[in-house]
Amino acid sequence: MLRYLAGRLLRAILTIFLVITFAFFVLHLSGDPAMMILSADAPPESIKAFREAWGLDRPLWQQFLAYLFHALQGDLGNSMRDGRPAIQLVLERVPATLAITVPAFALKLLIGIPAGIYAALHRNSLADRLTMMVSVAGFTVPSFVLALVLVLVFSVQLGWLPSAGSDSATSAILPIVTLGAAGAAILARFTRSAMLEVLGQPYIRAASAKGLQWRKVVVEHALPNAAIPTTTIVGFMVGTLIAGAVVVETVFAWPGIGRLLVSSVSNRDLAVVQAILLLVAATMVTSNIIVDVLYGWLDPRLRRGGSRGR
Amino acid sequence: MAESTGALVSLQGLTVDFDTGKRIVRALHGIDLEVRRGEALGLVGESGCGKSVTWLAALGLLGNRARIGGEVRLDDRNLVGAPVAELERVRGRRIAMIFQDPSSSLNPVHRIGRQLGEALRLHRGLDGKAAEAEARRLLDRVHIADAQRRLGDYPHELSGGMNQRVMIAMALAGQPDLLIADEPTTALDATVQAQILELLGEIRRDSGMALVLISHDLGVVAENTDRVCVMYAGRIVEDAPIDTVFEEPAHPYTRGLLAALPELDGPRRALTPIAGVVPEPSNLPPGCSFAPRCERRIEACEAAPPPSTALAAHHRVACIRA
Amino acid sequence: MTALLEVSNLSRIYDVRRGAWPFGRLAALHAVDGVSFDLAAGRTLGLVGESGCGKTTTAKLVLGLVPATGGEVRIGGESLPAAGTPAWRALRRRMQMVYQDPLGALDRRLSVGRQVMEPLAIHDIGNPADRREKALAMLDAVGLAPHHFDRFPHELSGGQRQRIVLARALMLDPQLLVCDEPISALDVSIQAQVVNLLLALQQKLGLAYLFISHDLRMVRQVSHQVAVMYLGRIVEQGDPDRLFAAPAHPYTQALVSAIPTHARAKRQRVVLPGEPPNPVDRPAGCAFHPRCRHAVARCRVETPELRSLADGRRAACHLAEQIA
Repeated sequence: MLRYLAGRLLRAILTIFLVITFAFFVLHLSGDPAMMILSADAPPESIKAFREAWGLDRPLWQQFLAYLFHALQGDLGNSMRDGRPAIQLVLERVPATLAITVPAFALKLLIGIPAGIYAALHRNSLADRLTMMVSVAGFTVPSFVLALVLVLVFSVQLGWLPSAGSDSATSAILPIVTLGAAGAAILARFTRSAMLEVLGQPYIRAASAKGLQWRKVVVEHALPNAAIPTTTIVGFMVGTLIAGAVVVETVFAWPGIGRLLVSSVSNRDLAVVQAILLLVAATMVTSNIIVDVLYGWLDPRLRRGGSRGR
Repeated sequence: MAESTGALVSLQGLTVDFDTGKRIVRALHGIDLEVRRGEALGLVGESGCGKSVTWLAALGLLGNRARIGGEVRLDDRNLVGAPVAELERVRGRRIAMIFQDPSSSLNPVHRIGRQLGEALRLHRGLDGKAAEAEARRLLDRVHIADAQRRLGDYPHELSGGMNQRVMIAMALAGQPDLLIADEPTTALDATVQAQILELLGEIRRDSGMALVLISHDLGVVAENTDRVCVMYAGRIVEDAPIDTVFEEPAHPYTRGLLAALPELDGPRRALTPIAGVVPEPSNLPPGCSFAPRCERRIEACEAAPPPSTALAAHHRVACIRA
Repeated sequence: MTALLEVSNLSRIYDVRRGAWPFGRLAALHAVDGVSFDLAAGRTLGLVGESGCGKTTTAKLVLGLVPATGGEVRIGGESLPAAGTPAWRALRRRMQMVYQDPLGALDRRLSVGRQVMEPLAIHDIGNPADRREKALAMLDAVGLAPHHFDRFPHELSGGQRQRIVLARALMLDPQLLVCDEPISALDVSIQAQVVNLLLALQQKLGLAYLFISHDLRMVRQVSHQVAVMYLGRIVEQGDPDRLFAAPAHPYTQALVSAIPTHARAKRQRVVLPGEPPNPVDRPAGCAFHPRCRHAVARCRVETPELRSLADGRRAACHLAEQIA
């Protein structure tokens, strides 16, 4: 087990490294921060001074190595806009994002999974078809469209909820619902097909033939098996807890990581963008590892040895 | 051994229709069958003949796309149309069933001990230590060595033969009067097959349990049952004692099956296959379903499906030319 | 004359890890261990045994689909080239394989005709018109009608699909057909049809068959020679009638007596104790000794060689003469 984890950890670090490298070179090659931050009309001397101050006049590979060197010591650079450490800026915003993504995640699980299970148990019934139609709508409608519709209905027409910002207690509701809707829809669909696959297996019929009540067959035999593939999707959703709310945060002017990312990219605030990407990659990779370990626990067939030909 | 006191289970005019959404297809066309206490009955036929469907229908295991008609009498009750709770009381406790692929008939994420325990709790109200002791005893009964360790194993850690023994042990947990074995050895190796069939015979002798052995292999049925029903396209075409079926088969399909089987002893003779293919249930010929493939057919065969007539005391055939 | 297929001392070893990953020791799994046999043109060698005996691995070794760890395969006198090389591809035209599941062996999305013509297309033989003609002729030879050319596999029955697989295998005029459980997935009444077809084709085209099956009765029906395998080795080999009527090796005896039959009185049932062992845990000495009624001390220590008996059969048993 330890060797397995060590291997996965190594691969995780490699993945993060690749992400940072890619981000670094793309960002540096795609535009001039000096121009963005100082504006195009700035006198050439100040642009030159800016570049020197931030080390942008050195060769790219040198900048990259310098960045890595500092990063390994925990220094991810400073924001070019206000000079504060990038890490600080990013971590400041994390709670705000989590304030909407975590409840949204809970919403996805609490609505999506039961809906999928119900649909599978009542296959081809009206409830099943309705659930599937709603779920298709849920994940095909782009989140900003849904957001705008919700704002129109609940803020403009009914006036129950604020349309943007994070001032009042109720201002999180619309963002959470918007975020949760698509995920719940996907989860419903996925859970349904996982359940259907399991319900068609011989051991379900054998359990019924034993005389076990149907309710128990579903809960004790079908669900544990359907949980296995469902874990993959849920794990993926956990991985997007940090960065999955970019559009929603923008539409609702919610002060989280998503908005920070958008503004940093358009400003070419390199250090901040890289810090965010590092955080996102780390989250994704961690949730993947957790899912893999969970798999071994959920499915005893995966705990075995292997063979190779000579 | 107590004398058989009449029928344990009696199927009368059992029909099964499947609703495919677009139309209704009849899979069973009126099955009449009796199983007496302690009897060993074989049910033989090729794929699609309805041999498994018959008993899945009797136990209500076909799902809600199936419409079941006719009667299945157990004691004084009719199981067809009975409420689910009643069927659940019959399953496992009066009539148990084991299936073809034992390794996929067991839940892959539960240990053997837990699955056995489930049956014991359900039928005998046993829990904890008592259940564990009884589970061990059942595993011993089906000749699984090292029973204590096996209780903690998962199905994928056991071979197919051992999983089938576990299935038999689970079936025995409820002390049923009748065991339906649906192709129990088809997925197993030859020597393991012999072991399992021997085990079934031994259990029958010890407990007086009745057995319905479903198979496509006449040889398997021959050695392990007293009486055989041959099925074709959803009907029983012949019902006779084992020796009669082999020595004086009356129905052309039964004869055809015997002629298509190679022997292990004696001179090698050419195999005589049965021409044609088994018809689709949705596309049965009018009249006798076997007529298009039958050498002895006459015009009257295509008029109506032949009724089952008694040739001798215990020998019934559905053929007008028998 | 040289036999068409000569297999000498063929072996295939896998490295496996015993126990839960990543712990556990490395062990060697002898899937096939020192198998030798000859097959002449127009003859059938039946290979029987239970799961784990190595018969499917042997088939793959013969075709070169799996590289051998030891021993040699010779086709028509030449040694089998390494897989993937042009020489191997050319040699593959002379040997084809027929599998157990006809639906799995056929592409669902291509018509029957296209799949039957495909081997010619792959080896670039003839022009499209020639290929079509040859395919139609082949469909006729296996008992299918011309209108089946444009059908799709799922529209046909199991027996018809297996005929298509056969037709496809025969398109390159092979000399050797390796059939791995070719009839197990078919209904009993259809099995006889396909077996009769195989025999007729053998007569007509002089094909050699390596016929692998667990169905002893069918093997007897089609084979000129039978070899019984157990845990990677051949334990008995010889004429089918004699081998099945009076098996010399205790395992063959158990296998034959395990076949359920109406005429039980004529044959004593031998029920083997225990399970077919895991090939990784092959017992020392004679691999069969833990389950053998007749085992003596020598069996636990010394691995018996496949040696000839009085009537021309070969058996790998120290006590073959006494127990036959």
